[in-house]
Amino acid sequence: MTGSPRPVAADPASVAPARRFPVGTLAYVALVAVAVFLAATTPFSGYVLNILMQAATYAIAVIGLTVVLGLCGQINLAQAAFFGIGAYAVGLGTVDLGISFWLCLPIGLALALVLGAVLGASTLRLGGHYLAMVTISFQQILTLIMINWIPVTHGPDGVPNIKRPGLFTDGQSYLALCIVVLAAVAYAVWRMPRTRLGRAMRAVRDNELAAGVTGIDIYRTKVAAFAIGALLAGLGGGLFAGSFTYISPDQFSFAESVVFLTMALLGGVGSPVGAVIGTGLLILIPEWLRFLKEIPGLYLAIYGLAVILIVVFMPEGIWGFLGDQVKRLRPRKLAAPRAQELTLTQAAASAVPVLQVEGLSKHFGGLKAVDEVSFTVARGGIHALIGPNGSGKTTTLNVLSGLYTPTGGRVRLDGQDITRFAPHRRAASGLGRTFQNIRLFRSMSALENVVIGAERPGNAIVAQDRASLEARARAALAFVGLEARADEPISSFSYGHQRLVEIARALAGNPVLLLLDEPAAGLNSTEKNALTVLLRRMAAKGLTILIIDHDMTLVSDVASHITVLNFGRRIADGVTATVLREPAVIEAYLGQESTEGPMIGLKTDLATA
Amino acid sequence: MDLILQLLFTGIGIGAVYALVALGFVLIFRATNVVNFAQGEFSMVAAFLMVVFAVDLQWPYWLSFLLAIGGMAALGALFNLGVYYPLRHRTYLPVIISTIGASIFLANTTLALYGPQPQVLPPVFETQGFLVGPVYLDTQYLLIIAVTAVLVAFQYWFFEHTLIGKKLQATSQDKEMAALLGIPVAGMIMLTFVYSAVLGGIAGILVAPVLFVSIQMGATIALKAFAATIIGGFGDVTGAIIGGLALGIIETFGAAYISVPYKDAFAFIVLVAFLALRPQGIFGERIAEKA
Repeated sequence: MTGSPRPVAADPASVAPARRFPVGTLAYVALVAVAVFLAATTPFSGYVLNILMQAATYAIAVIGLTVVLGLCGQINLAQAAFFGIGAYAVGLGTVDLGISFWLCLPIGLALALVLGAVLGASTLRLGGHYLAMVTISFQQILTLIMINWIPVTHGPDGVPNIKRPGLFTDGQSYLALCIVVLAAVAYAVWRMPRTRLGRAMRAVRDNELAAGVTGIDIYRTKVAAFAIGALLAGLGGGLFAGSFTYISPDQFSFAESVVFLTMALLGGVGSPVGAVIGTGLLILIPEWLRFLKEIPGLYLAIYGLAVILIVVFMPEGIWGFLGDQVKRLRPRKLAAPRAQELTLTQAAASAVPVLQVEGLSKHFGGLKAVDEVSFTVARGGIHALIGPNGSGKTTTLNVLSGLYTPTGGRVRLDGQDITRFAPHRRAASGLGRTFQNIRLFRSMSALENVVIGAERPGNAIVAQDRASLEARARAALAFVGLEARADEPISSFSYGHQRLVEIARALAGNPVLLLLDEPAAGLNSTEKNALTVLLRRMAAKGLTILIIDHDMTLVSDVASHITVLNFGRRIADGVTATVLREPAVIEAYLGQESTEGPMIGLKTDLATA
Repeated sequence: MDLILQLLFTGIGIGAVYALVALGFVLIFRATNVVNFAQGEFSMVAAFLMVVFAVDLQWPYWLSFLLAIGGMAALGALFNLGVYYPLRHRTYLPVIISTIGASIFLANTTLALYGPQPQVLPPVFETQGFLVGPVYLDTQYLLIIAVTAVLVAFQYWFFEHTLIGKKLQATSQDKEMAALLGIPVAGMIMLTFVYSAVLGGIAGILVAPVLFVSIQMGATIALKAFAATIIGGFGDVTGAIIGGLALGIIETFGAAYISVPYKDAFAFIVLVAFLALRPQGIFGERIAEKA
């Protein structure tokens, strides 16, 4: 939970959060204080007390799912196992070893965190279905251990007489403690989406490729989310052990993981409020419908059915559904257009070219998509990479930004060898890019998208605090003419405007070199003209741009230098006017004579290639 | 040496079951790009149907078998309509969650209807088995191996040498293109689910006399089959078969020489080892997303 300092004192510049923030927080603190007071003083029956303690401790674990599943989009079906790790640490520690509760709890947390990190680290490079199955397996292994390793875990009999900590030995005060912890966890997770790590998680969930090229370490972000989720489950479990003073393996089985998942989905996986709602409902409803529990399996069967129904009919859960209604009613506020002028670092007069590509190759099986291509992009100005369909332009761009590993060759950015770098490390070295099929973070506002761009590691032009980042993002949006719509969700933007937001995201990161992948694709002629002007303004600020496009008018208008590819090989390179007159280029691009039409000749060539 | 041969035989027999379920995984994965987490429940439900028809109602084995397989085909179709089809345009995560929900629903509905007592399904043949040299060949295991071999051969012929098989392949490789070529994509996916449910069902019925018929058998088999697909290389048919056999052998030897209570943990250990060292499996799968 790194990221911005508390905004009240730290950023007088950002007016909006400073105005809203204390009121909401104070109300929240007051609400929690009332809840704690009621918990500590109202004489509950033992039955009600048990239900409340169960709800509070479960909710903490379910909020763990909010982080890993809701924010980061990664599944964890072993939440009950991590819950059990926390519970057994407290149970075995206080009973068998006689250690203080206050020492056992952090040990449990550490165990859950470490195991979560290890499990995540071993699987999160792979797709989601691996993670689902591996977490199920982990869950089952842990249950096997709890049942069979009798000398340590007490086996199926469980651990009785767990001790509560000194001040909180009676049920009421212990419940108050659980509520305080729950409130703190919920607050932290509520704030999380707007922290740097939280934004990174959402970016990874929305669009992994885009997250990588904007400088986010996808793998580390996922592992962090997974470990935090496990940690919160451990915390909930540790408190759970103290609540009931007795634990046994069946409380931490796969069925309970399913219950946690259902709670998170029902309430709404996007917010800790949803987690609390879902937990509350699914603890209360079975109590009201006790008869369901008399037939074994029946209530879990209903949970299973509920999971399908929620996913199909109410994917955002109860809280997400309510939130949408509220948003619809709330008047849209216009952002104050007080953006600063966007600054980009002027290209230093250095002898080293910005980009040196030497003998770059990318083969897919027998297909040489890029074949020993070399070119150099000089500092400042616009360099175009052109070629007919299938000539290897986009493959070259994907190799340059690290999405493909090259078969051979070398790439130097600003003199630094980045050939083997992962996308996020290239971004940190100063490489920015946009995508042909726009890749924005769909769940975020335009501003948040661009803030992620501004957060690019290695971006020295802006201080990494919230106010500066937002100011930088607004400046970048202003540069492309969209500052007035900064706070609107990205889905409300037209295709052309989304393209501009993507460019603004890259600009906010102040890249050393900006790669533009067919920025004119899908734009109408007015938008293309506007794009031409925009590209010139970017170049005028000293930015170095490598552009791929089909639109020859656009390319010849803006580019000072052109490299031409055909069939993965470089066939021309030089100053724009000269290159466009070369016979080889004309032939590759327009076909010989135009009797066949330009593209038909090419297609037959490709078919035989 | 005798023990080793004996274990090898048992391992191949149990591995053949994993291979069949793994094939179901692979087929649905190739058609929909989604892992069906309820694949193991297909085996469990089929085994329970057999218990109902053949044991409770005392109907002939062959009739019970046909009815159970018919029931599985219907279940596969319902599963597609209720669990996959409404979510076909969403990302993989909701679909995964939905199939997990279905798995829980199937297992616990069976539990609610039939109770927690494990059931016994008698083997197909009267003769329990016979000795060949030092190795005791259990007839049920022989049957499992034989049926698996026949099904694998059938599947190869079906996919490689029939038009409908080619259409299924086209659907799994590029749905949009297949639709443009006039292939009824929705129908092909339906067929995949039906066939996978039947495959899972046959596996469940074959293995039922060897194990107990219990609510948990679905989850256990699914985990093993999933590990098998990872060992073989996700999405690869040959890989699923070899992975399944390998896992059956590893597990049988592990139980004999290392630990019986932790027998089910070996699949997990192999799974994690493969994920860490060779995530693309023996036969390889492209994992990267296209830019």
